[in-house]
Amino acid sequence: MKSLFALIGGLLFAATAMAQEVAPDVLVKTVTNEVLEIVRKDKDIQSGNTKKAIDLVEAKVLPNFNFTRMTQLAMARDWRQASPAQQKILTDEFHTLLVRTYSKALTEYKNQTVAFKPFTLKAGETDVRVRTEIQQAGAGKNVELDYWLEKAPSGWKVYDIEVGGISLVTNYRESFASEVRNNGIEGLIKSLQAKNKSGEATSVKK
Amino acid sequence: MKTTLPARIKTVAVAVAATGLLAGCATSGNPKDPIEGFNRAMFAFNEGLDAAIVKPVAKGYDAVLPSPIKTGVTNFFSNIDDLFIGVNNLLQGKVPEAFSDLGRVMINTTVGLLGVIDFASDAGLEKHDEDFGQTFGRWGVGNGAYVVIPVFGSRTARDTVGLVLDVAADPVANHRPTRTRDLALALRFVNDRANLLPADKVIEEAALDKYSYMRDAYLQRRRNLIHDGNPPREIEADAGPADGPQTAEAGVPDPRAELAPVAPVPALLVARTQASSEAK
Repeated sequence: MKSLFALIGGLLFAATAMAQEVAPDVLVKTVTNEVLEIVRKDKDIQSGNTKKAIDLVEAKVLPNFNFTRMTQLAMARDWRQASPAQQKILTDEFHTLLVRTYSKALTEYKNQTVAFKPFTLKAGETDVRVRTEIQQAGAGKNVELDYWLEKAPSGWKVYDIEVGGISLVTNYRESFASEVRNNGIEGLIKSLQAKNKSGEATSVKK
Repeated sequence: MKTTLPARIKTVAVAVAATGLLAGCATSGNPKDPIEGFNRAMFAFNEGLDAAIVKPVAKGYDAVLPSPIKTGVTNFFSNIDDLFIGVNNLLQGKVPEAFSDLGRVMINTTVGLLGVIDFASDAGLEKHDEDFGQTFGRWGVGNGAYVVIPVFGSRTARDTVGLVLDVAADPVANHRPTRTRDLALALRFVNDRANLLPADKVIEEAALDKYSYMRDAYLQRRRNLIHDGNPPREIEADAGPADGPQTAEAGVPDPRAELAPVAPVPALLVARTQASSEAK
């Protein structure tokens, strides 16, 4: 009996260890394919059901993201001005905003395919870019979609997404900074909350 | 003499560039955007124009035409662009890319029925994205001030000069008779706008302040294009350590946070961008 427990314990441990060992490119590929598979079959999402897209993103995509890190990067030096409580609110609000944006993008999906570019993980690397490309059937122009991942104790976590060279996270830097400059940290929190509220209203309408 | 459309566009572009460069009065906190007041007004004008005329027309076009036709239109103009992209690659010293662009034009113009079908991409000849603004960037010319110009939208001072050359060298704008040229210019404009329709909703969803969101996206995009997808990484710029909220709890003020001035950061970036493009 004891050995059975040990065996199960050992298996569980092995499973967690394996989960941690998933290479960043494999992670991106698995999640992308999984999500696309669902979106391809889901007519509701394709016809603009943002709520359903949000649920999908929350379940499949989010566990692989590090939102604290994202918020910190978007706020740059203002991050340190915020109290831990404010940092928590900011992270939550930014989380909501990014999820909504990402979900909206999913509802615009139309038969594109995603190609994964060659990737090799060098020994000891903890900060990597995994490159993918969205290919539109027929038209020549592809869009690069790159993921930046960082190694955390719980595995690789995405902390930035770049679309055609535009970083979704750093693109908020200037507007966050000017908001903080004019209205302080509280002002930024208020404007994020207002933005998320208005987004909620439109996604309910749809 | 009646001025032609491209001539007028050029005049407008030059005038606006001049205004943009000289009107240093409407200052703002952002060193990349010294004429923010002027730019916001122009942005509002462009948004109004888009909402009233351009977007409805693009929507109609998008709804009426079947997507193979739209793809054909996109490819047709894209093929004409390739010629000019090749010239810019040559000017940037990227000879293999320039030959590849020429190969694309040759394949697509013949087998691809005047460019309507993009066989070259299927054959593995990658589509590039170049223009005179990028060529200047490669040569080490900095961005200059960000400027929003009528109809065309976001540019930098450098890219505005680039745009004037782009228009001057554009085979479509130089096409005669003017009647077909105007038709072609209008078709290209509407088709380009229609291709951007899906992005609209995402931007509306994402942006806290649409003006600065579009500005910063434009600046990032141009930087990426000038470096052909491999710009020096800037994300770590004074972001601090990656250990989350605990940093503030420790209550130890980081001396850099107090000392770091606002202006030199972008200035440093521009310098780095230039240095690395010169090094190439």
